[in-house]
Amino acid sequence: MEALATYLHENHLYKAPLWVSQALVQFGVASFVLLIFVSPFAGILSFLERRIAARMQARIGPNRVGPQGILQFLADGIKSLLKEDLIPTDADKALFVLAPYLVFLGMFTSFVALPFSSKLIVADLNVGILYIFATTSFAVVGLVMAGWGSSSKWAMLGGMRSAAQVISYEIPAGIAAVTVILLAGSLSMQQIIRSQGPHPWQWFIFDNPFTLVAFFILFISLIAEGNRAPFDLPEAESELVSGYNTEYSGMRFVFFFFAEWANLYVMGAIMTTLFLGGWQIPGSLEKLAAGVAPWFPQLIQLLVFQIKTLVLVFLVIQLRWTVPRVRMDQLMNMCWKYMVPIGFACVVGVAGWMILYPQGVAKMRYLLTAMAGAIIVYYFYRVYFNFKASRAELKLNPFV
Amino acid sequence: MAIHNQEMLLNMGPQHPSTHGVIRFVVKSDGEVMSEAIPDVGYLHRSIEKIGEICDYNGFMPYTDRADYLSAMNANQGYAMVVEKLLKLEIPRRAEYLRVIAAEFNRIISHILALGALAMDVGAATPFVHALKEREKVNDLMEALCGQRLTYNYVRIGGVSYDMPPGFTERSLAFLDNFEPLMDEFDRLVGENKIFIERCANVGTISRQDAIAYNLVGPNLRASGVDFDLRRDMPYSVYPELKFQVQVGRGERGSVGDSYDRFIVRVREIMQSMKILRQCFAQIPEGEVLGDIPKTMKVPKGEAYVRTESSRGDMGYYLISDGTDHAFRLRIRTGSFTSMSIIPKISQGMMIADLITLIASLDVVAPEIDR
Repeated sequence: MEALATYLHENHLYKAPLWVSQALVQFGVASFVLLIFVSPFAGILSFLERRIAARMQARIGPNRVGPQGILQFLADGIKSLLKEDLIPTDADKALFVLAPYLVFLGMFTSFVALPFSSKLIVADLNVGILYIFATTSFAVVGLVMAGWGSSSKWAMLGGMRSAAQVISYEIPAGIAAVTVILLAGSLSMQQIIRSQGPHPWQWFIFDNPFTLVAFFILFISLIAEGNRAPFDLPEAESELVSGYNTEYSGMRFVFFFFAEWANLYVMGAIMTTLFLGGWQIPGSLEKLAAGVAPWFPQLIQLLVFQIKTLVLVFLVIQLRWTVPRVRMDQLMNMCWKYMVPIGFACVVGVAGWMILYPQGVAKMRYLLTAMAGAIIVYYFYRVYFNFKASRAELKLNPFV
Repeated sequence: MAIHNQEMLLNMGPQHPSTHGVIRFVVKSDGEVMSEAIPDVGYLHRSIEKIGEICDYNGFMPYTDRADYLSAMNANQGYAMVVEKLLKLEIPRRAEYLRVIAAEFNRIISHILALGALAMDVGAATPFVHALKEREKVNDLMEALCGQRLTYNYVRIGGVSYDMPPGFTERSLAFLDNFEPLMDEFDRLVGENKIFIERCANVGTISRQDAIAYNLVGPNLRASGVDFDLRRDMPYSVYPELKFQVQVGRGERGSVGDSYDRFIVRVREIMQSMKILRQCFAQIPEGEVLGDIPKTMKVPKGEAYVRTESSRGDMGYYLISDGTDHAFRLRIRTGSFTSMSIIPKISQGMMIADLITLIASLDVVAPEIDR
């Protein structure tokens, strides 16, 4: 890095001071590393989503590029890179060009504070959760810029919708997160995970009835913030052609979708961290794993985190391909008339619970966990029932 | 800084994803809420009526397929019936039954596509794909019957072109057995969905008076609470011998005549069509399928008008013959055109998202509007 900076300074930027070259090189390397690190998340999720959607729609989905089509996102990326980069004549050029990068930046910088395991975190900020909410909401600036800068009426409607939607849903999301912050007494992502336990009844979601409600408020708000169906109004295909990204093509267009899928992962990761115990594994298992190799517990923690996140991501994908889209006024009604008041009630409830029962109520934890378990069992029973009713052939291997 | 506060003029279509073909709406809107949507039709005008005055009678039959490609059999049937009326031709009973079988199959696939498209336009992409999947199965059956999958050209003046292939009855009944529970499931998954109900109930409500005044036909008319079905009230072909119920909108989730009623009426009509099909397969007599028809047909002087119940409702053919081998004047009256006329009235003060629901629930097919 130092050599590169010196080379740049001596040969190209000799008029500027040395620190300019150094900053440029550092910035470039950091961006590159972030891109390489985050792209697989977004790419593989795009593949997953397309395969799951295809399964739900009785199609096959991408299966040509690489084993089972898993490299499809690379092929699509390269294809888009080679497409003409079109900027409409009437567009506000600066805004139009800048918008995708802002969206991209907002989603990708939040990866910095995601706790993949007890040691695998880029920066354990003491304001971790606040930082993530701040950066992900940064994307809305990009969306509004894209909508306004395209000088297309459809794009503008999409941009305006996204502004109203994302800013509104920030509030219930923040309120729901406050319940966890109260319980953990910290904003740091690692600290929040450490104050939970490895077993379901030690997670914050089952701590008391109020956190269970807060979990669903956060889940719905994050779906709405990520502009995903049933809240995908800013890009409502059947209404606004394609919403804010109508006029985009080539790599800029891909950036929007990159950000969308990265956001899908971030969403799952936030939920996992705040409510589902993050990377926590039982102490006995950790000891056992440490006996194999010093890095082995970290790997198990990473796996646990990924599984929890992917289950949530799968749920969101399934939701997207199942339900219709709500209307703008219904969306706003839901946010301001239901989610915000219920969210506030949850915060007050959690605070009251903490005063009444400083140690928590073990029976309540077991009860809520058992309830959730019963719901999951019922879910699988219904799946099995419908499966029998449809008289279809059972194929457990998703890659057939 | 000057504040611009005039209404925004939006151009919806002709290439908008949910105008179902090439229709253009000039939408005056104030953000999400629009004050008016004016349909601009004519992008798909192919002068089919004029072609009908140049072609001979048999030669025009393929063009009727293109008038309404989603229910081509119904269009075929109407045209054949108007020529037969002028010729005073009796057609074989087996042919009548085959026409009804084909027409009802066509009604099923036309309706299920309309339902899927409505679901897609309110934002759920998956039901549409499953609707298409079922449609493909009917297309396979139709291919076995007449060799075509979309524009069938099956009905001939004086009968139908081919008899049923061997095994067609069994295949059709097997399809119906499979399709019936699927349709029920489709109804439960889409029609019972909370968001779907919220999006459709009380949206684009067309009152009984308006529906009659604006000459809505078919399922759209029945959804508004008017109990009128040509198959029952002005029976033609073998419909008097078949038992079925006419489905009427009852405003179950909202008010009578809203988009949800138009959805549920179509769902129930599919069920009735399946009932009709089962009766047809049980009752169909043996015999000829095409009467003795001269190659070049000279139709006696006169005029005739025939109304049939197509998938989109009352489809009328008006024919004037001057005694030669081609029509003097042919006029086709279609349901989609009149459904378009009510949109400016209903859409006042609607949201843009609701306009999409309204258009989809009216089940307009672009080529049928313009012909």
